Amino acid sequence: METPEQIRDRLLARFPGAQVTVVVNGSPSAQHSLLVDAAHGREMAGFLRDDPVLKLDQCSNVTGVDWPEKEVVETRKTTVPDPAGGTPKIIEEKSKRIEPGCLEVVYHLFSVALRHGPVVLRMRTGNRTDAVTLPSLTPVWRSCEFQEREVFDLFGVKFDGHPDLRRILMWDAFKDHPMRKDYVEPDDYEWEPTPHGDVLAKAKKHFPAPAAPAAAPTPPTATA
Amino acid sequence: MLGSGILQGLAVTAKNFLGSYHDPARYTTVEYPEVKQQLPEAFRNFPFLVTENATDPMGTLRCVACQICEKECPPQCIFIEKSKDKKPDANGKLQIYPVVFAIDTSVCMSCQICVEVCPFDAIKMDQVYEIATTDRFDALLLNREQLAKPNEYFHQIHPTEAAEVDARLAADRKAAEEKAKAAAAAKAALPAKPAPAPVAKPAVVPPPTAPQSPGPAA
Amino acid sequence: MQDLSPGGAHVRAVHDEFHGDLLEVSMGPHHPSTHGVFRMVVTLDGERIVKLKPVFGYLHRNHEKLGEGTSYLGSMPYTDRLDYLCSMTNNWAYAVAVEKLAGLTVPERAEYVRVILAELTRLLNHTCLAGFLMQDCGCSGTPLMYAFREREKILDLFESLSGSRMMCNYQRFGGCRVDPPADWLARAQTLVDGYTAFLDEFEALLTGNEIVMARTQGVGCMSAALAVSAGVTGPALRATGVAHDLRKVDGYGVYPRFNFRVPLGAHGDVYDRYMIRVLEMRESVGILQQALAGLPGGPIMNPAAKLRGFRPKAGEAYGRIEGPKGEIGFYLISDGSPNPWRYRVRPPSFINLTILEDMCLGHTVADAVIILGSVDIVLGEVDR
Repeated sequence: METPEQIRDRLLARFPGAQVTVVVNGSPSAQHSLLVDAAHGREMAGFLRDDPVLKLDQCSNVTGVDWPEKEVVETRKTTVPDPAGGTPKIIEEKSKRIEPGCLEVVYHLFSVALRHGPVVLRMRTGNRTDAVTLPSLTPVWRSCEFQEREVFDLFGVKFDGHPDLRRILMWDAFKDHPMRKDYVEPDDYEWEPTPHGDVLAKAKKHFPAPAAPAAAPTPPTATA
Repeated sequence: MLGSGILQGLAVTAKNFLGSYHDPARYTTVEYPEVKQQLPEAFRNFPFLVTENATDPMGTLRCVACQICEKECPPQCIFIEKSKDKKPDANGKLQIYPVVFAIDTSVCMSCQICVEVCPFDAIKMDQVYEIATTDRFDALLLNREQLAKPNEYFHQIHPTEAAEVDARLAADRKAAEEKAKAAAAAKAALPAKPAPAPVAKPAVVPPPTAPQSPGPAA
Repeated sequence: MQDLSPGGAHVRAVHDEFHGDLLEVSMGPHHPSTHGVFRMVVTLDGERIVKLKPVFGYLHRNHEKLGEGTSYLGSMPYTDRLDYLCSMTNNWAYAVAVEKLAGLTVPERAEYVRVILAELTRLLNHTCLAGFLMQDCGCSGTPLMYAFREREKILDLFESLSGSRMMCNYQRFGGCRVDPPADWLARAQTLVDGYTAFLDEFEALLTGNEIVMARTQGVGCMSAALAVSAGVTGPALRATGVAHDLRKVDGYGVYPRFNFRVPLGAHGDVYDRYMIRVLEMRESVGILQQALAGLPGGPIMNPAAKLRGFRPKAGEAYGRIEGPKGEIGFYLISDGSPNPWRYRVRPPSFINLTILEDMCLGHTVADAVIILGSVDIVLGEVDR
């Protein structure tokens, strides 16, 4: 099978103006992925499916990943030469910047006909609040139908062009998206106190509450 | 011939029906409350705590309240409170002990991870399964007194594993003693230096060579 | 959200098409034929189904969130509870994904033991499924009880090895938890030797039965192209004639060493799906014979594998195996902490349900019951 770099080059040649980057995977699995822009997402998916060399006719797995926004502290050192001719001074400047969060949808594509894969396709939303629309790939692969509904349900990504986008696992009146990292679960799902609740309360007192979504890792860095 | 498949199938059911009167392979159920199946040795249900001495169960718990099982338990059903003081364990060594050790068996999923991560062989899986109660809250929250069971009981239910554990513990103890002896000998061999005043009492054994907990995972 | 109320837009559309009186019926969630708490909202024209919307989530417990909240090891017992008939293969799939993520190798003996347990699971699952399917056909009791009798023998083996009949929690990253002793292997050998006789008897009861054939042939057809596009995997895909078995395609574990065939169907109907499973069981018996004969000695765990404090370095991995129901995969993203940042299950029975409507359109309600039965779902995995 072609390497992700080769696929990227062919996609860029076929779709001028599109953005495709290879996201390097640091683990020994070495399953690198292709980050594509949402505007050309569906055309590119169709190309990958119909291309005679790749023939990625099966979209096996569709899932979302939540990357909350994260505060990055950067230290910049500047060397200021001493006008008097002494040792140059080093000034440290600390700057805080908020790295914007996003929701990411990951597609694992395989070829049943040619028996290869996976080619991992990723798309990212603009942010986690209002720009959460991505093109649906259900018209390309039917298997995305339920899985994209699941991503919509649990992560809150809206899929443009999905034939039947509604909640699938949670009930229709449910408000939040439980797979997001900042989801706050209700204190108790049961209406009556159970010893389990007591045990948990004691355990919580015992352990300092884990700093839940604060220490968010960065999304895998993209290299061009 | 149409219907031959059905007749063939009827022959199979007839064979099974008649066979159930004389062929044990075709009559596989037991009449439960009167007849009980032999449990396999590996069978696990809920955890229990091993004590060395049945006459003094609370004094000889193997558990040293390291809280690794509490941390690793996937459904978080274990609750431990450490003691402030130290008490001698079965070997006479001073140890921290659990003041509270509770397992909520309504939450426990019998996964055996607490047993696997325990470095002291202090928690093992029980085989008691007739544990229905009329109170689904407190009666299912087992405390340390209910959980403690002697080592002989462990030998009864998991003979192979218990023998292994005992052999390992004995070997560790021996190694520790030898190390202590060697350390004491080395100390004695050294010329008396300007008095490290409170010379280590021989009673204070060096840390067990046995699976010393390498610190919590996190 | 789509309006599903009686007389909603979609119903009116079908109404215009069929010019009949349409009836919307909710089958389930408490329906004995839906294999758990599963609901189908069917729109009927007479007795023909003109629209079917599966509704699930009644058993949803956000398994993936739980997986992100516990350590890598802590998720292992939870995978037992996905597809609770096939805990051994769920364990294996998860172990494969973590081993890919962390770059762990597995000793040869453990690979053989995994194959033995996975094939026993396949026997168990397919036997049960055949029983359930016959139950759905209206053949109450007998085939299901025969199937359960055999299943119990396999569960006894699992129990004496892992300590639990269904929630085995047996595989570990880099190997297996306990080494199967010689007497266990001898018992497994006895079971495998006797299984062909059981399959012969089971087939004599069902395969040639005229009523079974009349009920299942030509019902719930699915085309190969649609099945591939819809991500259908496992026996349901192979019943349409697509030669896609991950044991051959990926050749994971030690499967390339065994000689076995992949049975394929021609019509993609319920009968083909039943037959594929029976034929697969015969192949599984062959694999088990080879694996039990060739089981090497040696360690069962990779000594480099850590039980506690397991922290794979940052990265991601997708690992998949051929479970009895289809491709079961796990997608993990690690950020270097003890818990996975993202833990995703690719559930075969959930994805195989995608084209349930396509298979059921035009058939009767009674056929929808056996079509659902032939897809082989377990709600613990569908809802997660």
